[in-house]
Amino acid sequence: MVDVIIIGAGIVGCSLAYELSKYQVQAVVLEKENDVACGTTKANSAIVHAGYDPRPGTLMAKYNVEGNRLIEEIAKKLDVPYKKVGSFVLAFDDTDLATVGTLFDRGRQNGVPDLQILSAKETLAIEPNINPEIKGALYAPSAGIVSPWELAIAMMDTALRNGVSLYTDSQVTAIEKKPDGYEVICGDKRYQSRYVINAAGLYSDQIHNMVSAPAFTVTPNKGEYYLLDKNQGNVVSHVIFQCPSKVGKGVLVSPTVHGNLIVGPNAVDADEKDDVGTTRTGLDFVIKAASRSCDKVNYRQSIRNFAGNRALTEIDDFIIGEAQDAKGFFDIAGIKSPGLTSAPAIAVDMVSMLGAAGLSLVKKEEYIDRREKVTFRDLSPQERAELIKKDSRYGTIICRCETVTEGEIVDAIHSPTAPRSVDAIKRRCNAGMGRCQGGFCGPRVLEILCRELGLDPREIPQDKDGSYIVMGETKTRGGNN
Amino acid sequence: MQYDLVVVGGGPAGLAAALSAHENGVNSILIIERDRELGGILNQCIHNGFGLHYFKEELTGPEYALRFIDMLQNTGIDIKLGTMVLDIAEDRTIQAMNSVDGYMMIKTKAIVLAMGCRERTRGAIAIPGDRPSGIFTAGAAQRYLNMEGYMVGKRVLILGSGDIGLIMARRMTLEGAKVLAVVELMPYSNGLNRNIVQCLQDYDIPLYLSHTITDIQGHKRVEKAIVSKVDANRKPIPGTEIEFDCDTILLSVGLIPENELSRGVGIQIDPRTNGPVVFENMETSLEGVFACGNVVHVHDLVDFVTQESMRAGKAAAQYILGDTPNQKNLITVKNGSHVNYTVPQYIRPDHVEKLVEVFFRVDNVYSNMRIVVASGGQELCSFKREHMAPGEMEKIVVPKKFLDEAKQAEITIAVVNQEEAK
Repeated sequence: MVDVIIIGAGIVGCSLAYELSKYQVQAVVLEKENDVACGTTKANSAIVHAGYDPRPGTLMAKYNVEGNRLIEEIAKKLDVPYKKVGSFVLAFDDTDLATVGTLFDRGRQNGVPDLQILSAKETLAIEPNINPEIKGALYAPSAGIVSPWELAIAMMDTALRNGVSLYTDSQVTAIEKKPDGYEVICGDKRYQSRYVINAAGLYSDQIHNMVSAPAFTVTPNKGEYYLLDKNQGNVVSHVIFQCPSKVGKGVLVSPTVHGNLIVGPNAVDADEKDDVGTTRTGLDFVIKAASRSCDKVNYRQSIRNFAGNRALTEIDDFIIGEAQDAKGFFDIAGIKSPGLTSAPAIAVDMVSMLGAAGLSLVKKEEYIDRREKVTFRDLSPQERAELIKKDSRYGTIICRCETVTEGEIVDAIHSPTAPRSVDAIKRRCNAGMGRCQGGFCGPRVLEILCRELGLDPREIPQDKDGSYIVMGETKTRGGNN
Repeated sequence: MQYDLVVVGGGPAGLAAALSAHENGVNSILIIERDRELGGILNQCIHNGFGLHYFKEELTGPEYALRFIDMLQNTGIDIKLGTMVLDIAEDRTIQAMNSVDGYMMIKTKAIVLAMGCRERTRGAIAIPGDRPSGIFTAGAAQRYLNMEGYMVGKRVLILGSGDIGLIMARRMTLEGAKVLAVVELMPYSNGLNRNIVQCLQDYDIPLYLSHTITDIQGHKRVEKAIVSKVDANRKPIPGTEIEFDCDTILLSVGLIPENELSRGVGIQIDPRTNGPVVFENMETSLEGVFACGNVVHVHDLVDFVTQESMRAGKAAAQYILGDTPNQKNLITVKNGSHVNYTVPQYIRPDHVEKLVEVFFRVDNVYSNMRIVVASGGQELCSFKREHMAPGEMEKIVVPKKFLDEAKQAEITIAVVNQEEAK
């Protein structure tokens, strides 16, 4: 019997694991995939929103501004790529200008710092590549960009170092009510706990319905993206939004923390919760819609397209709290934008809710609240020289596009969350993220994974379990296909 | 660390350039190679067909590379393997690193850039659909098969009829896979004709011209690819979809010269080739920095890479030894009708001894054409061609005397119908 089971290791589950790990609480995280941050957390706009969008009084408004502050703090402590680049919401006509005014007022009510409404001239002086026909813009200096999956991984790494347990490949199949809590069943494995937190993202309705009367339905809503090479990373230097409309916050153009440019998303209903395929129609829409903000993007420099699904529910807000008919079972559901930004603040509040529900919250005396990570490409020539002298594995470049060394890949393999796929390595140290998309380094990363883990290449997936890379040996190697 | 010449890249281009520089009097030479052995991509090209022009015999890729590696013996040329160049400065200081020497600052009088090219990926051409495993660039699959000894799939669809795609269609078939089809967006193949015959026709592998992949399906591994016919504007035609049940998709959709280092030091890049703009002797816009091989423009045959790199190596030697004449005149080589690019882009007639070789590609398939070199509206010389195609690089040799006749410091290379009036 543990104190808390968290179902789902996306940004919400990881934030909560991190926050809980500060206390003398026994916590277990169950994740259906083979790694953390495998769902919406790895496929979104990667924006730390300032907090002027949500209507005052909503949970989204409550957590956004606080989450914005917390992410900056956590990113610094846990060595996560983050930049406070600021954002613009462009106005193209009088209606938009009115919207910008509304957002400004909302932002002030929500406590967003340093908001300004700028003229077209002032905006263009800061962002010369955007559409010169704008009428003005809302400027929010506190908006930022982050690597969402690295943030989730860093928080889970830290939680694990501080005693939390993570079980991947653990899909919850049933939850049974027990006199003193719950029994959470993952196939033939059973885990008991006093409290259960539902952080299952797109699947949070299914998890909720295992113990409680149906209260909401998650409808997956797809957003498709272009990711462009670094030579496009300076086309804009802030997050460039258009005015939000009925269909969402609209298509944005933004630099990424890794130096690329991201353009997207659209908003279309997905066929299934795990349908994250891109479509020609969707991608063409993204290009066309984004061209209104900026027509200087060269899409021939595209390096990847992807899509992620928003967890929309009937309620235009987050769903957070104890289920009415299931004491000790808490939902954190309907976490759509600004979910990434809000997650750390939701986690803090959820811990208080657990405290109010009877969980004893005593802080650990020896808590490791930091994470050090070698990022070779960010070092000076002197630092690089010293590092290679200490460990020669930092002297071998494996990923040429992103300048990732063997040492960093080995570090990633032996990190607490224990990655087991080629893409899991990519998410931890960027190998394969660049313009050749793993064409050169893929086979080398596979080889290092095999060597470090004592596995055969056939046992290592590209990403999810079952996404195998090689199928057998060639005739010359002695294989029999 | 100090050298007269540093060659970045130990593939066929770098090897030839280093040897040529040595033959022309330079002794202090370093070749930097990022892989574990010299030879570059030739090492995974275990099929034959290399060397027909240069050695007048048919070699495999590794054999071709070995000829040059053997020639390095006793030259005193230094080699650093497993070594990555991270930066080149304008004063030609090179930052490089490996696990043995650590982090190095290397000073040199001249540099030859010979970094080769990389393959275009799915992301570069934005193929929509799911993102399962089983989608490889043809070269990456070739590496898995020929270097690592692993099969990448059993039912294979290949997009793009470039030479690597064609070679891999045969290679996968020989390893027991079923290659369902090769799909080509253009109405013609970009590969060499001999590869169409020997790699597809000999194995009854269908080639779908004017088709492309419009959707990829599969949540874990590739399960299905949807192929559609395209119209004259290369847009998919609805209703023409063909479904292929496959577990693997290989992409042979073009090569991009690897010029991150060149861009980093501010060398002028030609947007048509994605390679450095070069003069007649393969010197780039940065004095003392030369470039050759696929880093300049993508070649069809390694033999021509060797020849071009020999010229670059010789020019680097002349530069190092102070034999380069002062530049006075400069001729711009312009692209006329049906010509997509030329290499070189500039010619300094004072550097030309007897003739200059100009390489280019045409924009479509043509027969019975004439290549015309003109200046100021006046034809200087012309060359007949029975057949021309984008997949086959063209070469013309322009004698120096015509350069001296060039007007307004430019010449234009154009492809016209044979009948077209002079």
